[in-house]
Amino acid sequence: MNTEPRSKPHGLATAEPGWAKEYEALLEAYSQAGGDPAALRAPKAATLVVSANRVLAVNEAPGVHFEAETLPDGVRAHIAVDPDAKIEQPVHLCFGMLPAEGVQRIEADYEIGAGAQVEFIAHCTFPNALQLKHIMDARIHVGPGATMQYRESHYHGPHGGIEVLPKARVEVDAGGRFLTSFTLVQGRVGRLEFDYDVVVGEHGVAELSTKAYGQADDTLHVNETLHLNGEGARGLTKTRIAVRDAATSEVNTTAEGNAPGARGHMDCTEIVRGDAIARNTPIVVVRNDRAQVTHEASIGAVNHKELETLMAHGLDEEAAVDVIIRGMLQGVNDERTDGTGRA
Amino acid sequence: MTKALLRIENLSLRREGYEVLRHVNLAVQPGEVHGLLGLNGSGKSSLAYTLMGCGGYAPDEGTIWFAGQDITGLSITARARLGLTLAWQEPARFEGLPVGAYLALGARDADAARLAAALEAVALPPAVYLKRPVNHALSGGERKRIELAAVFAMRPKLAILDEPDSGVDTLTLGDIAALIRRMAGQGAAVLLITHRDEMLAVADSASLMCQGTIVFSGSPDETRTYYGHRCRPHVEALGAQPWPDEARISLATEIAGPR
Repeated sequence: MNTEPRSKPHGLATAEPGWAKEYEALLEAYSQAGGDPAALRAPKAATLVVSANRVLAVNEAPGVHFEAETLPDGVRAHIAVDPDAKIEQPVHLCFGMLPAEGVQRIEADYEIGAGAQVEFIAHCTFPNALQLKHIMDARIHVGPGATMQYRESHYHGPHGGIEVLPKARVEVDAGGRFLTSFTLVQGRVGRLEFDYDVVVGEHGVAELSTKAYGQADDTLHVNETLHLNGEGARGLTKTRIAVRDAATSEVNTTAEGNAPGARGHMDCTEIVRGDAIARNTPIVVVRNDRAQVTHEASIGAVNHKELETLMAHGLDEEAAVDVIIRGMLQGVNDERTDGTGRA
Repeated sequence: MTKALLRIENLSLRREGYEVLRHVNLAVQPGEVHGLLGLNGSGKSSLAYTLMGCGGYAPDEGTIWFAGQDITGLSITARARLGLTLAWQEPARFEGLPVGAYLALGARDADAARLAAALEAVALPPAVYLKRPVNHALSGGERKRIELAAVFAMRPKLAILDEPDSGVDTLTLGDIAALIRRMAGQGAAVLLITHRDEMLAVADSASLMCQGTIVFSGSPDETRTYYGHRCRPHVEALGAQPWPDEARISLATEIAGPR
């Protein structure tokens, strides 16, 4: 088996002797958490692999460009997609840390050129976290008529000693589309502070789906804001949260209809078990009499009929609850309004 | 006569101050299809939930024996693991759970071929349905077939089918009837709950339920006759016409198909 990464970082400190080993260890951890390392080695796919503050692998593909610089506690990356580029294979981004303690800060700047089409798949792996902080601070610009899909999945260890702080400021130009999903259902959440703010221009589209499963004393805060500023702009947030034991969740979603024909919808479902607590606050703001924003929210126990149906199939109560929760967390992607079935 | 697989003795249930089940006595033999016929609101579904041990349906009186064991106080899971299961009249939906995975939950020893065969048994093409989620995108009829396929794949000792015939077209009725006979052919007993007397064409024996109690048990034909003339006093009092026998016979023939 070839243990060498397919490509070395461009223009970065690559001479450290242990970097290949670290790269393999990160991929191994990713694999054990359920990910597919082969995706990161796929030929012709653009990839960026960052461990702590070290860029372990960079591979560009036609139309996709990375620039990265090391920070004391992380990496600053500029990711650009050429105008009108149609990137056939997903761009894989792998962020993670193997040590139990520390900080990883990712400052990312995405520039998606006009008319481009690209899908990013971000894998975040922290298998040994005991006292660890992962900060993701992103600025995203989706150019006119461009489509950007961004799927971020987290793979955490069983200890819960992690803080995850994803923050994004997104601007979607006229006719652009920004479709994103954030998934944190493997291992313990720890503390999650999710904060996305999206401005959508004329006839632009933004869809955000967020899924998380809190256990033990995990805390989840989700803040999502859609500013539907352009005429005919459309926006959707779909939030699926499950909390059990003594976990808590707080979801705050805001949608502003600020222009004629703007349409927004917020959909939040939360399941609560044990002593867990879930809160949801949808805020609807309409500043134009031809705009419309709606919301629906459901917080409660596992559906009784679903539970009893699975128990009648022989599952015990705990197993049945787990199936229902994981199904709900998976199911959000089945219902994309664009019909792609993908986030 | 063989020892009954399911024996219900003097079962009574009150819910919200109403007597829902009144001293119900019933027996189902191993491998037989027993039809439980009754008008809407007669207590059939309540009996099904009580037999399965659903929440809010713990009997106030009586005993449920299954495979020689008193299961009256057992959980749903424990009953299911003894070989008893229930197909709800309106099956639950599961967001994000594919049909194949759903079938496999209750049939853990089943391989892919058996799961596919279960779908084929209810005339659903596996290639189309195995990966579809069991969610609201399915029609009521599709969901019902999938539930029956799940029960079929489980190979229970006794399947309680709560109105598998409601809300489905006549072609599907034929598929469902054939499936019930296949289940019996594989050795499973079926308690077939219905309010359509023509469905008794697939039954080996039957009982009639009225106002929360069993008023008659016998052959399917005897039960149908009793149903048509004795169990709808309030309907007849309103001047409603009984369903013509010719129509019943025609539909029953269609449902039964070749035995």
